Amino acid sequence: MTFLGKTLAASAALALIAGAALAEPAMVYDLGGKFDKSFNEAAFNGAERWKAETGGTYREIELQSEAQREQALRRFAEAGLNPIVMAGFAFGAVLGEVAADYPDTKFVIIDTKVEAPNVRAIEYSEHQGSYLVGMMAAMASRTGTVGFIGGMDIPLIRKFACGYAQGVKAVNPDATVIQNMTGTTPAAWADPVKGGELARAQIAQGADVIYAAAGSTGVGVLQTAADEGILSIGVDSNQNYLHPGQVLTSMIKRVDIAVYNAFTAGADLETGYFVLGLADDGVGYALDEHNAALVTAEMQAAVDAAKAGIIAGEIVVHDYMSDNTCPVN
Amino acid sequence: MRDVMPRWADVVLIPLISLVLAFLLSAVVIVAIGEDPLAAVRMMVTGALGSTYAWGYTLYYATNFIFTGLAVAVAFHARLFNIGGEGQATLGGLGVALVCLALPWPHWVLALPAAVLAAALFGAAWAAIPAWLQAKRGSHIVITTIMFNFIGAAVLNYMLVNVMRPQGSMDPATERFPPGTHLPTLHDLLALVGIPFSKAAPANIAFLIALAACLLVWLLIWRTRLGYEIRAYGHSEPAAIYAGIRPVRVVMLTMLVSGALAGLMAVNTVMGEAERLVLNSVEGAGFIGIAVALMGRSHPFGVLLAAILFGFLYQGGAELALWTDIPRELIVVIQALVILFTGALDNMVRMPLERLFLALRKRRT
Repeated sequence: MTFLGKTLAASAALALIAGAALAEPAMVYDLGGKFDKSFNEAAFNGAERWKAETGGTYREIELQSEAQREQALRRFAEAGLNPIVMAGFAFGAVLGEVAADYPDTKFVIIDTKVEAPNVRAIEYSEHQGSYLVGMMAAMASRTGTVGFIGGMDIPLIRKFACGYAQGVKAVNPDATVIQNMTGTTPAAWADPVKGGELARAQIAQGADVIYAAAGSTGVGVLQTAADEGILSIGVDSNQNYLHPGQVLTSMIKRVDIAVYNAFTAGADLETGYFVLGLADDGVGYALDEHNAALVTAEMQAAVDAAKAGIIAGEIVVHDYMSDNTCPVN
Repeated sequence: MRDVMPRWADVVLIPLISLVLAFLLSAVVIVAIGEDPLAAVRMMVTGALGSTYAWGYTLYYATNFIFTGLAVAVAFHARLFNIGGEGQATLGGLGVALVCLALPWPHWVLALPAAVLAAALFGAAWAAIPAWLQAKRGSHIVITTIMFNFIGAAVLNYMLVNVMRPQGSMDPATERFPPGTHLPTLHDLLALVGIPFSKAAPANIAFLIALAACLLVWLLIWRTRLGYEIRAYGHSEPAAIYAGIRPVRVVMLTMLVSGALAGLMAVNTVMGEAERLVLNSVEGAGFIGIAVALMGRSHPFGVLLAAILFGFLYQGGAELALWTDIPRELIVVIQALVILFTGALDNMVRMPLERLFLALRKRRT
């Protein structure tokens, strides 16, 4: 008991040092880090928007190691933070265990399905959004060759690639889609230099539009594309602003809205499993002042028609992860 | 050169001064970003040593570093620089996962020896090829072992994505190991003798295996014929050959032992903590092992102490990340400063200290 008492006292003391009040929300970023200009940063932006609008405070942690996943969830739950939002499918297995131990805490997990009464699991239909930007890539391409650069070679990224290839082929069945993955380890999410090299190799093979779904590796892809005078497509966050007039569009995944909504709902948030697609504006393509000159009226009409078709169910975009195969490549 | 300083100065004083320098520089860094260094240190100490929960995490990390540190230390004795601990531990994890998933294990008592054997075999096998290339072809072990880290990562990635991932799962990881393979944590073990220990912490029976490994390595290096051959070969290859020691045999056996030790780390991370195999279960512990072996002067007891220090840095860093606004990158900077001072900048402290001791001795005589 004395040891337990000490543990509790220590946690309480730490909570006081940190100035943590009860029912503060918490945000847990994955190993990619919150300033990846992409997935984690989208989550960060959602949290910051909530902070700016409500004046509230929240705790956050950027993980450094696998063992910290469970540690961070348990420590935040024990400190009374609620809800606890985590960005990344890699939390799935850990949350499955931890959630049951803290029935009064609400957890939100993005990108994978976890079934527990106090968990809100959110997945996105990235293949649908990728399909739309694939169509735009094919319409913007003059060479008939477009590129895809993924981060780590995992099923989720192949899902992006497959949706993209389907969109390209829907516009131009003869188009070539060059696909490269940056690597096979998590380091592939944070290697902009290699991203740039892959982009250069694809340009040498004739690609004149390149879609990067690679975390902060994509920053290098977009940079090289801009340097070489071809178009690129960003991912997760709206990355059009990185190189105005040279980023065709971004496949946006509204992780920020998911985080914002979770923080706003607080401890009362609705739990369950949600798949957010085009119909829910969970994914989409970015159109703003930075790429307005690149997106022609014809392009926009075609993409909006396809979007309506997908929502109505007339166009079915194959989801790579449903059977681990892709009908086109 | 050897007898310039008394032994206690070499073993205790130099690491201590290096540590103090590293922490002073870290304090400057923390002040520079506008945080309170004393509060940070207090948080690191209470967070890593102040409760059984904290010790549970510190010892969990330390267990990894003991195994990889011993792996590097054994190879050092033969003047082989094994920087492939990362890859050998990765393959060790694969071995553990294959064993744990292959059979419906009834109890961990049966699963543990099998997993230990598999981890050691897979780790040793991964070290065997670079060792053979070094022994027979003279391909430099530093180059080949580091290249094998990448091959190991690719092998694991292929196995997890294409072979071992459960159908429909997005996470490139195996399914959970059956309950019969779950190792007892320190909480379970200490409960047997009536000592309460935090239930949440991941430190497990693998820590005891690590302690046993320290003892066995000490016996191997200083109490066996093979250990003598390893040290003789390390001191001078021509002299060793002249004494009838076969270099090929020494290089092969040393690297097999080294690889097996690195592979054993997986028993702690894969079987003890995660209870499934994930992609980056090693997380740089193979490289930390180099710093641990350097700081521990390649002696098992030194490795043990250095591993606990690095466990403290990891767990203390995690607490800083949880409860302060010190960014993750700066926590890595603090950890890196300790590695830099204890490993790379050893001579910076050693040379003035040696001069000091020489001067003292001259005055005395």
